[in-house]
Amino acid sequence: MPGYDAGLTEGPHEPLSNGDPAASGGARPSSRSGSDSEPRHGWRMAGLWILLSAIADPLFYYLAGPHIPPGTMSNTADGAQFDFNILIIAALPVMLAVWIYMGYAIVNWRASRNGPEPVGGPKARSNVRIQSTWIVTTTVLVLFLFGFGTYELVQPEGAGGGQGPAPIWTPASHDVLPIQVIGQQWKWTYRYPTFGGFETTDLVVPDHTAIAFHVTSLDVVHDFWVYQLGVKADANPGQDDVAYTTPDQLGTFVVRCDELCGLWHGAMYNSGKVVTELQFQSWAETTEHQLAANTKFLPPFAWTYTPDANGADGGYYPDNVDPYSPVLTYGAKQPGEPLPVETTGKGRT
Amino acid sequence: MAITLVLLAAVAGGVSFALSNLTSQPNTVDYTSSPGQAVDVTMQTVGSYGHGIHATWVSYMTRSPDGQWLHTTTWQVPAHTKVNVTIYQYDSGSALRNQQIGTVQGTLGGIATLNGKVFSVVNANAGNGVGHTFSMPSLGINVPLYGNNANADLCSAAPCTTSPHNIVKFSFMSPGPGTYPWQCFVPCALGFLYGNGGPMQTVGWMDGFMKVVA
Repeated sequence: MPGYDAGLTEGPHEPLSNGDPAASGGARPSSRSGSDSEPRHGWRMAGLWILLSAIADPLFYYLAGPHIPPGTMSNTADGAQFDFNILIIAALPVMLAVWIYMGYAIVNWRASRNGPEPVGGPKARSNVRIQSTWIVTTTVLVLFLFGFGTYELVQPEGAGGGQGPAPIWTPASHDVLPIQVIGQQWKWTYRYPTFGGFETTDLVVPDHTAIAFHVTSLDVVHDFWVYQLGVKADANPGQDDVAYTTPDQLGTFVVRCDELCGLWHGAMYNSGKVVTELQFQSWAETTEHQLAANTKFLPPFAWTYTPDANGADGGYYPDNVDPYSPVLTYGAKQPGEPLPVETTGKGRT
Repeated sequence: MAITLVLLAAVAGGVSFALSNLTSQPNTVDYTSSPGQAVDVTMQTVGSYGHGIHATWVSYMTRSPDGQWLHTTTWQVPAHTKVNVTIYQYDSGSALRNQQIGTVQGTLGGIATLNGKVFSVVNANAGNGVGHTFSMPSLGINVPLYGNNANADLCSAAPCTTSPHNIVKFSFMSPGPGTYPWQCFVPCALGFLYGNGGPMQTVGWMDGFMKVVA
């Protein structure tokens, strides 16, 4: 019983025998006429693939590339966009190869009403050239992606992701602004240790300044995701997860929690903004002054804190103060003493 | 045949029970009866609700315009209207996990009153600490509710009326139409991991919605 090749280089209706050199894509007798020379299918598809890839890749890079998320608001966002573009440029020819082969096969090797049913023969089971080409090509591609991805991940300033408590790759600049990000169910707050350690719900950062986000949590695991800045770092209780970025553009961005963390996880977001260095300095000094009444009640600044797992009966406090004692830690007053409220307003509600 | 019918009835009952629980939600207290005028929203916090299968859960309650205390945390107000909030705080307090929520934010003037006294910050590490907060992060609103002395004879079943309590008042402007979640930020669900389970994860107890209509 003769076999029928369904492979790359020959029509499926042609009887084949083992060792047929047709695998190279050479001319073959037509399966239908039995006398026409078989076109070089492999070369046809390869030519089409090269042509379309040469068109699609530059088109994508120059037309769609600048709009690929997460944009170019910071150096890490810019890096992420570049990485995505390279990955897509590498993937487009692969996708085109599959589509072209599929389309070509549908057009040229489809079953005809009067012809025999296409069935797999020896060539469908084994074709050394096709197999070796496929294996070598995909291996080279995967190794390239591995090398490229690793380099992009570890290049100076990292990739904007959390690098854990001891980052190996740090910004080249020595003038790094530290901002502590504190997650709790269900909001983000931010401490600015270089401005007296005030804590606020507003995230304001200066442009063209290296920033080190120190991300931690007071309860469960959250995830600090600043999409537009290309920053994403887990917020784990008891851990200081560092992520670097340098904003390049003025504007607003959104901070979201990207780790399912409870009832209001979906509402755990706020917006921040990138301002000029002068505007930032003014904002930070004003906010430090405005929040001074509360800052003095905050615990001393620390990179991580130990919340009381018992819930209501505890504060958060530096890890090096244990066991927790409001009296020892804060010099707290005891029940029965005058109301500990700070009055700053003169109006009444 | 009889067994089949019993099984079918059991399945139908289970589906009905599940659907009714999944689709049920707390009542909405409507404060929109007088358009153009400021609305007065009144709530209370109680350390233990005192009824039903969650009798020990901490909870908010809301007073309807006709004076009835309802076990709900969802209320409706007109858009772009001054909302005057009064909260009767019947629970005790403690130090805060995060003193950042000891500040009054997002209210008119950035202030609130505690038993008639204007304040903007509560030091939760002193005195009775903070019992709860009324917080609406999407609008930047946060008001700490000073706790009562835990040794006092505090109310243990809602609605509370005469037990020791603090009265906290503040105002804010309602935004445009929409639904805005609010919550207590004090991890006050005793007995749950990190204090944030149970009533802290359940709308109608320590979480709710402000519905704003045009």
